[in-house]
Amino acid sequence: MFRLFAPLIAPIVGLGFLLSLLFAIVTASYESEPESTQQRFHLEHKELKLASDGPLGKYDRAQLQRGFQVYKEVCAACHSMRLVAFRHLEALGFTAPEVKAIASQWQIEVPSINPDTGEPATRKALPSDFMPSPYANETAARAANNNALPPDLSLITKAREGHAPYVYSLLTGYRDPKTYKNEHGEALPADGQPPAGLHFNPYFPNLNIAMPPPLTANGQVTYTDGTPATVENYAKDVSAFLVWTAEPELEGRHRAGVATIIFLLIATTLAYMAYQNIWRDKKKHGKRTSLTDA
Amino acid sequence: MSFPWAAHYAPKHPLMRWLDERLPMPRLVYNAIGAGYPVPRNLNYFWNFGVLAGLALVIQIVTGVVLGMHYAANGGVAFDSVEKIMRDVNQGWFIRYAHANGASFFLAVVYIHIFRGLYYGSYKAPREMVWLIGVVIFLLMMATAFMGYVLPWGQMSFWGAQVITGFFSAIPVVGEPIRIWLLGGYAPDNDALNRFFSLHYLLPFVIAGCIILHIWALHIPGSNNPTGVDVKGPQDTVPFHPYYTAKDGFGVGVALLVFSLFLFFMPNALGHPDNYIPANPLSTPAHIVPEWYFLPFYAILKAFTGDFLWIPAKLWGVLAMFGSILLLFFLPWIDRSPVRSSNYRPLYKKFFWVLVVDVILLGYLGQAEPNWKTVLASQICAGYYFAHFLIILPIVSMIERPLPLPRSISESVLHGEDEESAPYGVADASHAGHGPAPQPAA
Amino acid sequence: MATLDQTDLPPGEAPPPEHGLRRRDWLNVAAVSFAGVGAAAIVIPLVNQMNPSADVLALASIEVDISKIESGMGIKTSWRKQPVFIRNLTPAEVASANKVPASSLRDPQTLAERTKEGKQNWLVQLGVCTHLGCIPLGIGEGENKGPFNGYFCPCHGSAYDEAGRIRQGPAPKNLVVPDYAFKSDTVIQIG
Repeated sequence: MFRLFAPLIAPIVGLGFLLSLLFAIVTASYESEPESTQQRFHLEHKELKLASDGPLGKYDRAQLQRGFQVYKEVCAACHSMRLVAFRHLEALGFTAPEVKAIASQWQIEVPSINPDTGEPATRKALPSDFMPSPYANETAARAANNNALPPDLSLITKAREGHAPYVYSLLTGYRDPKTYKNEHGEALPADGQPPAGLHFNPYFPNLNIAMPPPLTANGQVTYTDGTPATVENYAKDVSAFLVWTAEPELEGRHRAGVATIIFLLIATTLAYMAYQNIWRDKKKHGKRTSLTDA
Repeated sequence: MSFPWAAHYAPKHPLMRWLDERLPMPRLVYNAIGAGYPVPRNLNYFWNFGVLAGLALVIQIVTGVVLGMHYAANGGVAFDSVEKIMRDVNQGWFIRYAHANGASFFLAVVYIHIFRGLYYGSYKAPREMVWLIGVVIFLLMMATAFMGYVLPWGQMSFWGAQVITGFFSAIPVVGEPIRIWLLGGYAPDNDALNRFFSLHYLLPFVIAGCIILHIWALHIPGSNNPTGVDVKGPQDTVPFHPYYTAKDGFGVGVALLVFSLFLFFMPNALGHPDNYIPANPLSTPAHIVPEWYFLPFYAILKAFTGDFLWIPAKLWGVLAMFGSILLLFFLPWIDRSPVRSSNYRPLYKKFFWVLVVDVILLGYLGQAEPNWKTVLASQICAGYYFAHFLIILPIVSMIERPLPLPRSISESVLHGEDEESAPYGVADASHAGHGPAPQPAA
Repeated sequence: MATLDQTDLPPGEAPPPEHGLRRRDWLNVAAVSFAGVGAAAIVIPLVNQMNPSADVLALASIEVDISKIESGMGIKTSWRKQPVFIRNLTPAEVASANKVPASSLRDPQTLAERTKEGKQNWLVQLGVCTHLGCIPLGIGEGENKGPFNGYFCPCHGSAYDEAGRIRQGPAPKNLVVPDYAFKSDTVIQIG
């Protein structure tokens, strides 16, 4: 009996799955949801060209230093950078004494204890310290920011779709929701107006972001290297800096990659030639006589 | 070795003779990859992928053991310990990116290896055991890859663990207790992370053991070949070394080039940005997707949306997803055609390519935004997947008229038939007519 | 099968003498050599990753305030996760240490060689026994200072004198003096 039915098992199981799918197809609803306000008004990020782009990209150290300055003077008030230590800043071109000065003058001190009493205390940061957070914990951060949590920025360009160009677009993307029109000339409907405490930004996935516009006026940060102190430049420089904080290994990775690819190209070419050589007498013609014997 | 003409190991150096008498390790290696293993002489580049899969496992084990020296499997510090590897450990970024992209490399190579087997009928007698062990290895790889993805303890890690262990809760009655047992809690946390780390470290060695069985089982009948015709004599084979070691050397070079492009120049292209956000049990990312190599199965899971008969949709999806892999175990008995290579199966060959396209489409649909169009498309694609294996294959193997097979491998080599070209020769008495040509099993 | 014998033999067993052979050998050797170089290069990061990482090296230098250490007192601090003994020697201890002829010692060193010029009373040394790495007693108040009024290692009985020089027991060397410098009269930087 089993031998008779065995060939039918597979088709029966298959029919079971197919009928289930057919049932799902028949009973499904086929109404397209109307396009939401978010879909109509959300913008793809703008273009941003950085020196670190592409397979041979390197960092522009002057730009990273300017970006660090913008982070320090603007972003660091709310956003932590907990995976970056002051000693890492030497990669931006700062000398060891400069890094030491940056650490000891950092506006936020490092949690510590009083060596005599054991009471909680703070001390000046050292180069070996990771950048201290502006808030003691998440609850404190939310309490100070209208229940929104300013994300840590160490990995932000790797942790967001759109990467550095998204950060740049967001920083320069604040618009007045009353007068904003999308590419079809439509004004923002009433249900799209930002609730109290939120700010309209078409580059943010749900259009309304809790962060108030951080870069507001040219001259907000004083550049010393002659670069024009504009909001546009602040946004570009800090985006470049955040690429570095997320991928400090990028330059070494690109260098090692180029060397590896060159080596592998030569090695693979040699391997191909050796392969062809070894097989030379095994290809087609070498066997003609043996076949007549067979 | 199965073939009487296979060379036998004859130690030349007295030291090797001494060793071989006491522990026949040199003999084992010689019989496995030396001149003692005769291989069909007409293998094409698709036969490189077995060795490449072995290379990928070695890369994963070596980089994984090294990462284990720095990684800390604790929910509080796991994410930061990975970032310490990326920032402070000497060349740590290289090792971690090699491991992360190595998983994709491994799965990619194995998928090509599997489809090679499907096209050339490598699962058929007498190689069923090779295929069965291969499916076991595939399942172990999926489990290992999933648990490895949890370890960095980012948002995708956490929610991946939540969703995948959620599969088990679809099982009636015992499902939820099994899920809680797997996690050691009600949601993924330290205990789940710790056991995933332990198993993620263990399973690759189990895979390595299964690979030894896989190769052992392969070496009894010998390798299949693009014609699917059995080896008839020594004129059909060449010794593995140096012929296929040389060819594999070239293949390894090309594969490492592709791997290096990802590792050095787009190390996160196959990853997901959300996994650079530390795990947050109170907030689910907007768009959860598994790693690319699970997407076709994820699409099958999502395609079953109806409570058909007395089985709820959730259970249908989980059954279908596991079923889509488990049915591979039965493939040698579902496909009853005695002809192995699709080059001589005109009808099956068409369906094979439909399957390839179908699986790629399922992969795309696995990550697509759900709306009625993508859901309907994934239902049709999932339907074809099951229909292909469970209905089309048995029928095709009954009604198909295979093309005449070459008499031997060396004959096909001589006439340039190792690829798609028309078969050579006038059909003689032994495979006259249109029925399946006889292929004496070894 | 008569014609098979030449071509089917694995190379090396009976290579037919021909002109192309040299080029063939050269290519094979080159290909294998490249593979070897590649394998050797890949070993470097795999070995180097076990060296101290950047965050460990960042702690390689510390500053210590010694203003509160009175004469005859000592403190134990930590540098690279190892104990450092900083002792303010009394004049009597300095005199006693200087009385011992250095040539009679197992590891001949004078106190002056083990301290900074003009600061002979400040003895800074690693609190790690040079025998097998235990922490000797003697820096803390009331600890066993051993028969030479210095340090005594309880593990295997090595005894050091006031200046941290090995006098008795299995240890081969004096306690190690790390690289350090006086940043001011009251602050030293170790490392």
